[in-house]
Amino acid sequence: MAQQTGEFFLEARGVNKKFGAVTAASDINVGITQHSVVGLIGSNGAGKTTFINMVTGYLKPSSGSILFQGRDITSLIPRQVTNLGICRSFQIPQLFGTMTARQNLRIPVGIGARHPGAQRMTDAQEMATVAAVLERFGLTGCADQVSAQLPEGTRKLLDIAMAMAGNPEILLLDEPTSGVSAEEKFLIMDMVMGALAASRTTVLFVEHDMEIVERYASRVLAFYDGRIIADGNPQTVLTDPEVRRYVIGEHVLGQGHAGGSHA
Amino acid sequence: MKRDTTLLIYLPLLVLLLAAGPLLPKWAGFLVNVSLCFGTVVLGMLILMRTGLVSFGQGLYYCLGAYAAGTLDHFFKLSDVPLMILCGTLLSGLVAFGLGFLLARYRDIFFAMLSMAFSMILNGLLVKTSELGSTDGFNVSVHSFAGIALAEQSVRYVTYSTTVTLTVLVGVGVHLYLRSHLGRMAEAVRDNELRLEYMGTSVKRLIHINYVLAAALAGMGGAMMAVTVGHIDPEMAYWTTSGEFVFIAILSGTGSTLAPFLGSTVFETVRSFAYEYSPNTWQMTLGITMLLVILFLPGGLWSMFNRQSGTA
Amino acid sequence: MNQLLAVIIDGILYSSWLFVIGVGLTLIYGVMRILNVAHGSLYALGAYAGSSLAGYWISHGYPPLGSYAALLVAAILVGLVASPIIERGLLRLVYGKDEVVLVLVTYSVFLILEDLIKLMWGVDPIFVPEPYGLLGSFSVGDLSYPIYSLALVLVSVLAGIGLTYILNYTRQGKILVAVIHDRETAATLGVNVRLVYFLTFTAGAMLAALGGSLTAPTISVQPGIGVEVIVLAFAVVVIGGLGSLGGAALGALIVGMVRSAAVHYVPQVELFSIYVVMALVLIIRPKGLFAVPEARRI
Repeated sequence: MAQQTGEFFLEARGVNKKFGAVTAASDINVGITQHSVVGLIGSNGAGKTTFINMVTGYLKPSSGSILFQGRDITSLIPRQVTNLGICRSFQIPQLFGTMTARQNLRIPVGIGARHPGAQRMTDAQEMATVAAVLERFGLTGCADQVSAQLPEGTRKLLDIAMAMAGNPEILLLDEPTSGVSAEEKFLIMDMVMGALAASRTTVLFVEHDMEIVERYASRVLAFYDGRIIADGNPQTVLTDPEVRRYVIGEHVLGQGHAGGSHA
Repeated sequence: MKRDTTLLIYLPLLVLLLAAGPLLPKWAGFLVNVSLCFGTVVLGMLILMRTGLVSFGQGLYYCLGAYAAGTLDHFFKLSDVPLMILCGTLLSGLVAFGLGFLLARYRDIFFAMLSMAFSMILNGLLVKTSELGSTDGFNVSVHSFAGIALAEQSVRYVTYSTTVTLTVLVGVGVHLYLRSHLGRMAEAVRDNELRLEYMGTSVKRLIHINYVLAAALAGMGGAMMAVTVGHIDPEMAYWTTSGEFVFIAILSGTGSTLAPFLGSTVFETVRSFAYEYSPNTWQMTLGITMLLVILFLPGGLWSMFNRQSGTA
Repeated sequence: MNQLLAVIIDGILYSSWLFVIGVGLTLIYGVMRILNVAHGSLYALGAYAGSSLAGYWISHGYPPLGSYAALLVAAILVGLVASPIIERGLLRLVYGKDEVVLVLVTYSVFLILEDLIKLMWGVDPIFVPEPYGLLGSFSVGDLSYPIYSLALVLVSVLAGIGLTYILNYTRQGKILVAVIHDRETAATLGVNVRLVYFLTFTAGAMLAALGGSLTAPTISVQPGIGVEVIVLAFAVVVIGGLGSLGGAALGALIVGMVRSAAVHYVPQVELFSIYVVMALVLIIRPKGLFAVPEARRI
């Protein structure tokens, strides 16, 4: 599938990951071009989050390598990966629980302002930037509530806003709409994807709702049993019979006996 | 933005304490002085606790600071108040800088236990070092202030006002630090390390910084205690001493940099009076006080003044 | 050669003592996640109760061998009295709080018990050495040891085997293991977590008190004997890995042997050799020798 040219923005080459006897990633070869918006689909345990965890340095592949702008980042830790411009959000929001939403956002904004080369901000400028982010995500109303006590949808949004506050080159969103009510889903995605499109950020997002995938992704990767079984534009991938069977689960039995046969 | 009332309290406090110095009866001046020394150590613990760490071995740095000050007087006859305190602070900070590379990898109970092990090692070393007086320790005397010789009768007020001034200075300093970006990051470490790493920040480095700050403050408290009390011994590194610091820290609450000083004053007052009037039940009095605070004031004594600080 | 033998025998005797005081602590931590500072006070209470009861027995002219039963009964009594008061009366109110706050709660209990002991028994040392000399001594080469010191070896072996058996081969033990791994799930499966906590604390308290009462005839029982015991027990269980039974045994053995070797070869480091070992073990294995691996977070 992927050419071995190194011209991709982000690239995985022959990536494998084993947890004991379980294979979470098996020979993943994929190249992502800059400014693309890629949806990752697949049932639970198919290897989507493992892939994100490997790209962002939380997990080290058992073999294979990951390249960002042609540079091997396989052995980097999350902090180093982040500093290269790869940010992520989390399936379970990772917030600073005792702080308010405003204080939560102040941290990445403050960090960003202290990057070498970044423009220094006064306290007031920092606060203004934070307020602008809150406004853009519709969080102004709950800005001064302690984040641990916010409703799940709001926490999710705050989590994504914090990842975006780092102005990443690539943003990996791990199930941005899980735990969010059906009405809110499109609202959140419109807000997030709108902002990301404006900044032409490269996006990889994990999603279970095919309607959302179809609407926002320009390319879809379908994971099954640690492998990528389909890769292409949404129409092609979502109509692929294998994808329909193993990922979307048209045959209900598919999920049950799926595990062993391909391992 | 909210007005910073804490800073408005520090200045009058400084003036009040300095003015009250000569008027206070000897025992009361001593009580205030000792409380401020303890408070400085606990102020360091507050920084650590904001970072989410509790050390059961702050006695290590408290004792090091005191012995640095004591050694200057005892072996080098450099019995100068600011010099002794400065050396105590620096030595502790320096040792913490070294140990910090190691301890920054630890969390929770393991951080507590490893710090305790180090302080117990120092205790064991001192107990076996006859040159430093073994179990009995040795006396520390003070003869000058920044090179100016001190008359016998002025020593007490000079150490008192030095302690008061320095304490207020570090109180203000830590207050400003905690309100800075770095200070906010400390709290972020406590809340969610993973997230911070995913913002490109080294959690280890943050912990290391705060560990050194806490140790330097403990060293300062120890050195001030050495010049105040005029005697030091290895008990300062024993686990019960570190336990007292944790005790005062929880008693105080972490809501404000003023809290450690309130907590240590209450602690010292309860201890002094309990010890005076009922030498066999003073520990019991302290224990019961602590339990009452934990059960009914989970945010520490400070939460009586500030509702919000209960969560901080 | 003789010195090496002495190091080993002293080491075994000391390790046994350490295991008896450490095993209760690790048991309580494993099940309840409480690092019980009051463990040292329970040890002291055991020592006081043991010497009082044994002293009473002997001074009334009952058969001297019965003093051993008196020591045992004293430890059981301490557990039965202290546990309901401490666990039901106090700890129950603070479950779920931060681990450090729980340490502070037990630290407060420690302070209270220290003074309570002074109020009940006074501050003068108590000697009840009779049970110690009663059994005579045995020789290894030209080294002579009182047979009584084997009592602690026996008790530690019995405690180790007994607890291992209970945890691995009985229904109650398996329930306990379930609670250790996941108390919420255990509770939803119908395990009476309250009861498990109470019984665990009682067993831990009895073990601490037993350590004290069996040590009492070999020392002068006086205020402050529990203070050192706490840190030693901490060292033992932290080295082994908090909450691990096998870890406590290994930790006791390591600490016991190191101290014994230090006493014989380099007495000036005796006091802190233990903490050096503790620091070294934590440096190499940050969570102790038998640490339980943690689950993935994201």
